[in-house]
Amino acid sequence: MAEISLKKVVKSYGRTPVVHGIDLEIADNEFVVLVGPSGCGKSTTLRMIAGLEDISDGEIRIRGRLVNDLPPRKRNISMVFQNYALYPHMSVRDNLGFGLKIAGQSRSVVAERVAEAAGILGLSDLLDRLPAELSGGQRQRVAMGRAIVRHPDAFLFDEPLSNLDAKLRGQMRAEIKKLHQKVASTIVYVTHDQIEAMTLADRIVVMRDGHIDQVGTPMEVFNHPVNTFVAAFIGSPPMNQLPAVVDAGRLRLEDGTTIAVPERLRARVRAGQKLILGVRPDDISPEGYGLMEDGESDRVDLLVDIAEPLGMESLIYSRLAGQEVQAKLYGPRLVAPGERLTCRISLSRAHLFDAGTGRNLEAE
Amino acid sequence: MLRALRVRQTALAPLILLTPAFTVMLFVVALPLAFSLYTSMTPYRLIRPETLDIFIGTRNYVRLWDNAAFWAAFWRTILFLAIALNAELLLGLGIALLINKLTWGQRTLRTIMMFPMMFSPILVGFQFKFIFNDNIGIVNNALQSLGLTDRAIPWLVDAQLAMFSIIVAEVWMSTSIFAILLLAGLLAMPRDPVEAAKVDGCNSWQVFRHITLPFLMPFIFIAMTIRSLDVARAYDIVHVMTGGGPAGRTELLWTLIARVGYDNARMGEANAMAYVSTLLSIAFTVFFFRKLMAARRYMGGAE
Repeated sequence: MAEISLKKVVKSYGRTPVVHGIDLEIADNEFVVLVGPSGCGKSTTLRMIAGLEDISDGEIRIRGRLVNDLPPRKRNISMVFQNYALYPHMSVRDNLGFGLKIAGQSRSVVAERVAEAAGILGLSDLLDRLPAELSGGQRQRVAMGRAIVRHPDAFLFDEPLSNLDAKLRGQMRAEIKKLHQKVASTIVYVTHDQIEAMTLADRIVVMRDGHIDQVGTPMEVFNHPVNTFVAAFIGSPPMNQLPAVVDAGRLRLEDGTTIAVPERLRARVRAGQKLILGVRPDDISPEGYGLMEDGESDRVDLLVDIAEPLGMESLIYSRLAGQEVQAKLYGPRLVAPGERLTCRISLSRAHLFDAGTGRNLEAE
Repeated sequence: MLRALRVRQTALAPLILLTPAFTVMLFVVALPLAFSLYTSMTPYRLIRPETLDIFIGTRNYVRLWDNAAFWAAFWRTILFLAIALNAELLLGLGIALLINKLTWGQRTLRTIMMFPMMFSPILVGFQFKFIFNDNIGIVNNALQSLGLTDRAIPWLVDAQLAMFSIIVAEVWMSTSIFAILLLAGLLAMPRDPVEAAKVDGCNSWQVFRHITLPFLMPFIFIAMTIRSLDVARAYDIVHVMTGGGPAGRTELLWTLIARVGYDNARMGEANAMAYVSTLLSIAFTVFFFRKLMAARRYMGGAE
């Protein structure tokens, strides 16, 4: 129930800066996911919002109030930790009610709010257990319950699902999404898993080396990555990236294969320019087996190294100009290793990046 | 022969393999224990060996019941235990919390902290005897130089002050045991619950009271168990500093037992006292272990 604003926020340990002055505006009730590889500064940023790390420079405001020098307890936020961080010596009930009790709420209010949170998260039968007696998923739910009982201004999630197995992670992901719908609130969520980012976020913040590379809705980040890093990080399997040179109006790959320059980008390239062609596996498919075959396209021959049939689709591993390329075949057709396939590359959904800076030519 | 055993008598093999261990236990533990229990039921005197054959049942124990000196030592030992253990706990906890805050020089300080444990208790006793000496001791010297008093305080002669001095020596020597064990607990403590509590609205004191302290309880009880056994058998420091005096006012169980057994040569009576004091130690151990088990029950969920 609050907006959070970061202005030129810097974090350094000694002389080593780990977060280099980031700006971010998070709207009321927005679900923002900070995503990036480990060491990119996303957890540090979250911990600065929580008040668990000092801010070296810049300012953080929650609900318009400057919180730089406020201890965590005065920020009215709650946080869900990766290792659950439950209080091992307290029952589930006491874990849930602890924050309220510390805040001096009356016993009846505590009981009422605990019952409400337990109901939302399906913990009602577990209230008298100790954390040691719960499964991983249950502990995670208690951690979330502890966050919601206090009706905070904002929820902070620090990689909450990374300790769970794949199946449970899927379930809990859905529960977090439901929770956001039930308990309208601002959420800042940190993860290194791009699937969590895509599925949960209203807006994704892609971070790298203490900088923000791109902020946008999942579809913006997926369809218009600003650079090769975002292109490779968001989307699974990752986008194919092929070095190419502009030659006679076409893109020449390292082995001499040529591919047409997408029409919309022709005005932006010049002869001899070194580029990286980015195409998602979904956009390279054998003719007649593509997902979306409309729009501008070009043809390329691929020799199948390995094929992974997944039922209605198969993932094809091949090589193009000495680089591994992944393509996708949609349809119930088996592909044998060594088979030669004529594939269509969708140019309308392909990207061109500058080979030197990695910037998308279309990024402003 | 070994082969024959292996083939035909596999059922006996475990027993044969255990025999050496049982033999050692029998001669080193069981027999001396039984013998001392027997002597506690005789009027055994070291200088008259024939008294070993006179069985008097529980008479030594019945006599203890009316022995005022014994009960004075008994209660004084419990008081000594209570004061020394609590002082060491509080000081050790404080030191551990402070050292845990250090980011630089922690290892060095941890080593330095162990120094008092490296000295023989006898020598610690001698050292404190000098420190508290009313004529040449540094304590009186310091107090007089600072102008806090102009008389020589009889630290080891006044009954109350003597007890206090002994406790100071004991605390100086052993606080580091608490500090080390509690520091180990603090270092093993997961950081997440503390941070969760801060976000949940706790100030520093509340974090300590509701999160850190419950986590440390098992470590506190382990330290208490070890130290209660240690302090209950205190002998060397007391013997060196006051010899149980003045007029028996610092007499603890073991100084009394040693006096009765060796100085007065009444070994039967001394053994009866020793059994009672052993029961006291067992009672403390059981008490702290119960607490320890209860505190450990939930620690499986710390991670």
